[in-house]
Amino acid sequence: MLYADYPLAEQDGFADFHVSLAPPRDLRRWFRPQVQFRFDGYSPFKPLPLDQAFPMFEWGLNWCVSNHANRYLIIHAAVVEKGGYAAILPAPPGSGKSTLCAALVNRGWRLLSDELALIRISDGKLVPIPRPVSLKNASIDIIRNYEPSAVLGRMVADTMKGTVAHMKAPANSVARASEAVRAAWVIFPKYKANAAACLEALPQSRAFMRVAENAFNYSLLGVKGFEALAGLIDVSLCYDFTYSKLDEAIETFAALKPPTP
Amino acid sequence: MLLRQARHSNLLSSIRALLDERGLIDQVPPQPREHLEWSRVLSERHAQAVHREIVLIRKALEKEGVPIILLKGAAYVMAKLPFAQGRLFSDIDIMVPKTNINAVEAALMLHGWATTGIDAYDQRYYRTWMHELPPMQHIKRLTVIDVHHAILPETACVHPDPEKLRAAAHTLDGYSGLKVFAPADMVLHSAVHLFHEGELHNGLRDLVDIDSLLRHFSTLPSFWPRLVERAKELELTRSLYYALRYTAQILHTPIPSEAMEAARIGRPGRLTLALMDALFSRALMPDHPSCSDWLTGTARWMLYIRANWLRMPPLLLARHLLHKAFISPKHK
Repeated sequence: MLYADYPLAEQDGFADFHVSLAPPRDLRRWFRPQVQFRFDGYSPFKPLPLDQAFPMFEWGLNWCVSNHANRYLIIHAAVVEKGGYAAILPAPPGSGKSTLCAALVNRGWRLLSDELALIRISDGKLVPIPRPVSLKNASIDIIRNYEPSAVLGRMVADTMKGTVAHMKAPANSVARASEAVRAAWVIFPKYKANAAACLEALPQSRAFMRVAENAFNYSLLGVKGFEALAGLIDVSLCYDFTYSKLDEAIETFAALKPPTP
Repeated sequence: MLLRQARHSNLLSSIRALLDERGLIDQVPPQPREHLEWSRVLSERHAQAVHREIVLIRKALEKEGVPIILLKGAAYVMAKLPFAQGRLFSDIDIMVPKTNINAVEAALMLHGWATTGIDAYDQRYYRTWMHELPPMQHIKRLTVIDVHHAILPETACVHPDPEKLRAAAHTLDGYSGLKVFAPADMVLHSAVHLFHEGELHNGLRDLVDIDSLLRHFSTLPSFWPRLVERAKELELTRSLYYALRYTAQILHTPIPSEAMEAARIGRPGRLTLALMDALFSRALMPDHPSCSDWLTGTARWMLYIRANWLRMPPLLLARHLLHKAFISPKHK
């Protein structure tokens, strides 16, 4: 259901990651069965209850990318695009990043990713990996009410992140998965109950350090990581964004002006 | 499939380095090439970290005035051996004289390295019977150093004399106080390490090391006769025999027939050799499902037992295994 729009790999074609999800062969398969994520035979995580197989697949794929794809500076952030300009939303869990991202992609923005911003070291462009958007707890109903036509996967309760459901990535975003985009905005979203939508400019130095904190491979990349991040901050307008109502947030985003070169 | 096997054997970036050196990287199709480029970042960062770490170790031990010999991976990198580019390893191994070992440990502790997560029995195991201190980890950088005073445990059946190794060691250009083993000794240490080792998931990488060392040093005058001579002096003829046999068999290392002939003094009996062939031909393959048959698990397990057998006399081994099985606290 969530992956219906993706092309299938060719038989015997090249694959970046060979992963599998299967119950471990132990006695527990008879009561409270579990599932194990394997990357080419190697298990990076402890097994989870069988019910959590799908979220585990998504987390496992994120792990594969963030641990190997070192030609990119990888930031824990959602990325959306409109009119050829990308907005990067880096944030720790619980800040409402995925909720905001889900709302935006239902209102005309293209989804690049809701978890991993891949900044190509060679040219500083953002490379899409559109995959289902992970919604947690209250966000699930918020998005259901906000956009009844959004396709949501089954809700899985009691995961380490609470209740999780994945929203299907828009078909158009999937079809344009090979189109890289230039960065225009770095926006740190924060959900705050009853707050009016408020966009506050952020000094570049602060933005730099906060993005670095959210990067997976910043120190591994060394000088290249520093240069890529400096390049990103240089071409982007940086903001703190507080919001409570999605409609107001969408309006704020619609009014964003691209940086003047 | 090559990428997958290489990643499991810790050889991905070595392959990339080899392609670079031969100027072939441009001929790799874009998708697999991407993976090779990913590994480049890792190995560049690794090389940088190793240099920095060694400089810091040398600084920590400066006042002790002890000669430090770098072993294995760290030695290959610092001696600028061509195959060391792209070789990944997790610990830095050094060797110091046994008489200085307490002073060295104290100095390292003053500079932030500490022994972590092992119990009193393990402490005793390392300090009384082994040829090294328990691994020490730096509390801030989390880097690990293994401090050795010999290349095999005190309790093993052969005793290569560390003094002889030390006497022949070469000083590194530009790094006073840092040494590496002489060419023949470097090969022998690599061999003894591999063929006395119990856990062979990096077996293929270690075999590639021996192959690369042999190819690299074979241009030195009288390297081959010296190698066999040295193996006799250090009681390591058996390990040398295995090393030459399996590098030639698996990696087609060019070995002069006279050297192979001379190394036969280390050849075991026919039955033993047949068994070892069966075990090593499996265990030295990449640790990947595509390279395993139904006996691979057994082969790895038997080599593990063999390694412990070589490490200690039978009674001590029995005692060690009993303690590990029933008394040591279970963790992880």
